[in-house]
This record gives sequence, structure tokens and C-alpha cells, in this order.
Amino acid sequence: MNKTGGTIVEPTIFELSSPGRLGVTMPASDVPETALPPKHLLRSELPLPELAEVDVVRHYMRLSKFNYSVDDGFYPLGSCTMKYNPKINEDTCRLPGFLYTHPLQPIETVQGNLVLMFELQEWLKEISGFAGITLQPAAGAHGEFTGVLMMHAYHKSRNDSKRTKILIPDAAHGTNPASAGMLGMSVLTIPSDARGNVDLKALTAACDDTVVGMMLTNPNTLGMFDENIEKVVKMVKDCGGIMYADGANLNALLGIVRPGDLGFDIMHFNLHKTFSVPHGGGGPGSGPVGVSQRLLDFLPSPLVGIVEEGDDDIEPLYGFITPKQSIGRMKAFHGHFGGGLVRAYTYISMHGPDGLKDISQYAVLNANYLQARLRGTYKIPYDRICMHEFVAEGSFEGSDIRALDIAKRLMDYNFHPPTNYFPLIVHEALMIEPTETENKDTLDRFAEALIKIAEEAKSQPELLHNAPHITPFGRMDEVKAARELVLCCWLPENYETMK
Amino acid sequence: MNTPSNLKYTKSDEWFDPASGAAGITDFAQSQLSDIVFVELLVDEGEDVTVGNAIASVESVKASAEIYAPAAGKVSAVNKGLSDKPETLNSDPFGEGWMIKIEGGSAGEVMDSTEYEKYCEGRTH
Repeated sequence: MNKTGGTIVEPTIFELSSPGRLGVTMPASDVPETALPPKHLLRSELPLPELAEVDVVRHYMRLSKFNYSVDDGFYPLGSCTMKYNPKINEDTCRLPGFLYTHPLQPIETVQGNLVLMFELQEWLKEISGFAGITLQPAAGAHGEFTGVLMMHAYHKSRNDSKRTKILIPDAAHGTNPASAGMLGMSVLTIPSDARGNVDLKALTAACDDTVVGMMLTNPNTLGMFDENIEKVVKMVKDCGGIMYADGANLNALLGIVRPGDLGFDIMHFNLHKTFSVPHGGGGPGSGPVGVSQRLLDFLPSPLVGIVEEGDDDIEPLYGFITPKQSIGRMKAFHGHFGGGLVRAYTYISMHGPDGLKDISQYAVLNANYLQARLRGTYKIPYDRICMHEFVAEGSFEGSDIRALDIAKRLMDYNFHPPTNYFPLIVHEALMIEPTETENKDTLDRFAEALIKIAEEAKSQPELLHNAPHITPFGRMDEVKAARELVLCCWLPENYETMK
Repeated sequence: MNTPSNLKYTKSDEWFDPASGAAGITDFAQSQLSDIVFVELLVDEGEDVTVGNAIASVESVKASAEIYAPAAGKVSAVNKGLSDKPETLNSDPFGEGWMIKIEGGSAGEVMDSTEYEKYCEGRTH
């Protein structure tokens, strides 16, 4: 690799292009020539790169080596649950019966796929305590939007048009207010109290007959389980609101607490977090949504159900059903079937009920172990037993070192940095989620790296300011990247006239 | 931290100049946000605003924030140049970085500079 002072130079595919070089050789034409389409339908200005196959393969292979993934090492990105994804998932989702089916095939020919979806719906119901599940949403925020649509439909069905306000704690995920905003609802932020719970006084003041509902992440982005959760749910429901749970942090609760039992009405699952569907790289995610009895009729259509009962001799026929007051379709076809649902099904069936409970217990244990090892070196502003993640402050008294410097320096120790600058309520936040898949040796190495970095912050701060040093690229100029955004590498010659 | 004594301050870190009607974000706010990379003014000249209306959206490399009207009244001017030079909010939040002017503005719940300084101290550590 061409490495110069922490910066590897890899040209773009366009720079590697050489006019006339080809990846394929076309055989001589064996059909009669015909005229080209009219000139205005042809374009010759696209500067497609011209390379041989081997050059393309090597270019992308080199680029892929710059990457860091959960298969490379520890990836403690808070609230993202970057757990290791078992490779058996890759086998099952490539089984020909799953891989080579089309969503428009007659249901009689895809009973296996439908049974898988039906059973996954049933399992997610059992895990969450909800009455019904849709598997359609493509990812978490899409699930949130689905949930907000159902809240809206529920109030509308009762001719309750006064409700326009969604309550969202300041320790919620950032997508929650965005999802509520998509429907034109106004968002009221509810502060957290000193222990990281919803501030009950602020909530009391906010609860009235204009409340659509509340979107709550529990455990929240501080990694805290709300100690007053039952009271919070009751207050919101007493004023006629609907309780929405952001299931992004469900990895702390499997087999221990069911959001449905706590009184929540809606929750989205992130199969790409909790249930080992690959996470990141732009997808495919998968964000099924569960609802309580009172919202069952509003679920998106279609759901998978039994359309003809079976008996001792005949298997039941699985097919699609439409809830009575359905909000309609949220996605073309049936969600991310092979990419998401088959992998999650594999993961759940592989673990079983006891295994799922183990997952959450180890996830919580690992986070608490790391928190205990770092306590004293890093300030933990909400310092109590955490759930699957915790938030530390990435700054030291009398030092100009910031969370960003610490995050960058961690890369020199071959760790992916934790989430930083989120949640916003913690100064210089470092949000750390180890997940259950890491052993004690890995956790120790990570803790020792962070402790070493805290020493470096005092003794050699410039080492942190200029980090990372060993990665293909050094410190990026994030300000310049954001202020001088270049979204296009090439502009057509007539760009000005096209505008 | 700079807190001019002729200005009034809100809990959400906006400043308001009762003399000129100008409003913007404080020095404390810009230092907490760090490098500001994007500003969008959400109101136009001639619009009426009430206290707490979102008047601008600001993004830094760390976070994004809504800026709220510190006073009620008619918007008599907006600083149109700001969106091309968001860094002005970092370099001169009380001067070139003004966001809007509110005519006949009656301020909402505001603090004077001494109170605001104390309020900010409580939030750093």
C-alpha cells in the first residue's frame, strides 16, 4: 500500500481511467445493423471510467481494506448495538427457497416464506408483549413514522382532532422528533432529571388534551432504565395520549422486561441492532412495529396470517390479511425479507428464550464492567447501574482535549470510536455500548486503551489533537467538509443552462 | 465569555437588543456548538413572531439547534448574508452575526448580563 505519513493515496476510479481501455471485448455482431435512436435520446457526455476488470477489482479491494467493521474488531458505537453478526445467518438467507422467490408469486408456492414471516411476527409479539406486528418498515425511523401514522389514525378515528403535540424526552433518539415532524406534529421536549429519568414535574405540566402521545426510548440514550416508567406511562395515557417506545435499545431487555406489559402501545424493533441483521453501510435495515390491542386495527396492510384453517390432515394456508382500519402499505412488497427477516428468524431460533435472556444479561454486564473500569478516569455524569450502554465525558479538568480527540486516538489502538457528542445533554459525550458478543479480554484491552489515552491527554496532548496516526487517512477537516460541501464529482458541460 | 451588558438573554441562549430590536445567539451558545457550518433563517421580513417561535436552524459539526424568538413583534430585517457565512456566528455572534430585527419587540422572559453569566456558569463544569 502506498502510505505516506498516515495518508494512503488511492486515486478515484475516474483518475484510474485510460481512454479506450476495456473490461470486456464484444464479439463481432451477428445481427443486422439498425439505425440508432434519434439523436436527442442519445448522450455521449457521461465520463464513464474506462478500465480493465482486474484494475476495477484491485481498486475496490484496496478501498475495502481501508474499512473497519465489526468483523475487524470491537465496535462500541452507543445506541447502535453493533453486535457481531453470526455467519450462519448468511447461509440461511441464501437458501434457494428464500433467495429465488418473487414477492408476487402465488401464495401456494411460497408457504415456507410465509410461515417464516408468520412465526417471526408471533415471536416478536412474545418478546415484546404486543398484540400485533407489522414486518414492513425498512428500518427504525421508518418504523417510527409508521407508529406516528397509527397514532394519528387512532385519534382521527375517535374524532379527536385537538391532539397535535408529541412529547419527547431530551434523552430520546434524534429520529423521534423528526418522525413526529414528518406528520406536522409539534414536538415538546421533556427534560431529564438529575438521575437521568423523565422529569415528572415537566411531564405533569405537559400532559393535557392536546397530547398525541409520547415517544420514549427506554433504556434511554444515557443507558438508564427510567425508574418511574410505570408512572410516566400512566400519566400520558391518563391524558389520552399514546405511549410509543423506541426499541433501539431493546438489547437490554430481552426476556427481562416486555414493553407491552409496561403499558406501551407501540414499539419499533431494530432487527439490524437487536437481532443480528447487519447494521450500517446504508442497509438493509429492518424495523418491524408492534402494537397493543387498541391499535391492532390500524396496522399497515398486508400482514401475514392464516387464510384457511388446517386440520389433522391438511396444513393451514398462510397468506395476507388486511386490518380493518389499516393505515395502508408502508413499503412495496413485504419488508426486507431475505436481508432482514430471515437473518433475525435464524438468530431468534438459534438462541431460544433462555438464550435471548442471556444476550441481554451479558450486554448489561459488559456495559457495567466497562463503566466500572473507567470510573475515576472519566467522569460519568449519570453514575448509577447502567443498562446495555453508558455515557462518559470526554474531557478533563484544565485540559483542552475534547471527546473528538479521544475518539480519533482510539483508532490508533485499533478500536472503532464510541458514539460521540450524543446525547446532547452530556458535555463532550462518549456513549459506549460494548454488546454481549465481546469477551473480557476485549473489554479489558479497550478499557486500558481509554485509560492510556487519558494519561496521554495530560502528558502528550498533541498526540490526541493530531490523531489518528496509523489509519489510511489522518484527521479529517470536518468543518471544511461541512461548510464546503461537494456532492458531485463531475458537472456536465451545460450544467449552468440546465439549472 | 463575552456578555455585553446592554443586551438581554434567554434561557435558550439567544440575545436581544431592546434598543435596535436585533436578536441572535450568544457567545456561550456558539462556543458550546463549536464550528457552525450551516444556518437557515426560518422567518422573513414582514412576518410576525411570538416569543418561542423558531426563527433559525443552526448546525455545527457537533449538533444542530433551533433558535427561538426572544421577543414578539414584526420582523423588520433578516441578516440574509448569514447563510453564506455561517462562521460569522462563531467570530462575531453579537455583531455581524445578528439574525433578525424585531420591530416593536416586547421581550419574553429574559435575563440581564450578570444573571446570564451566572446561568452559564451553572452549565459548564
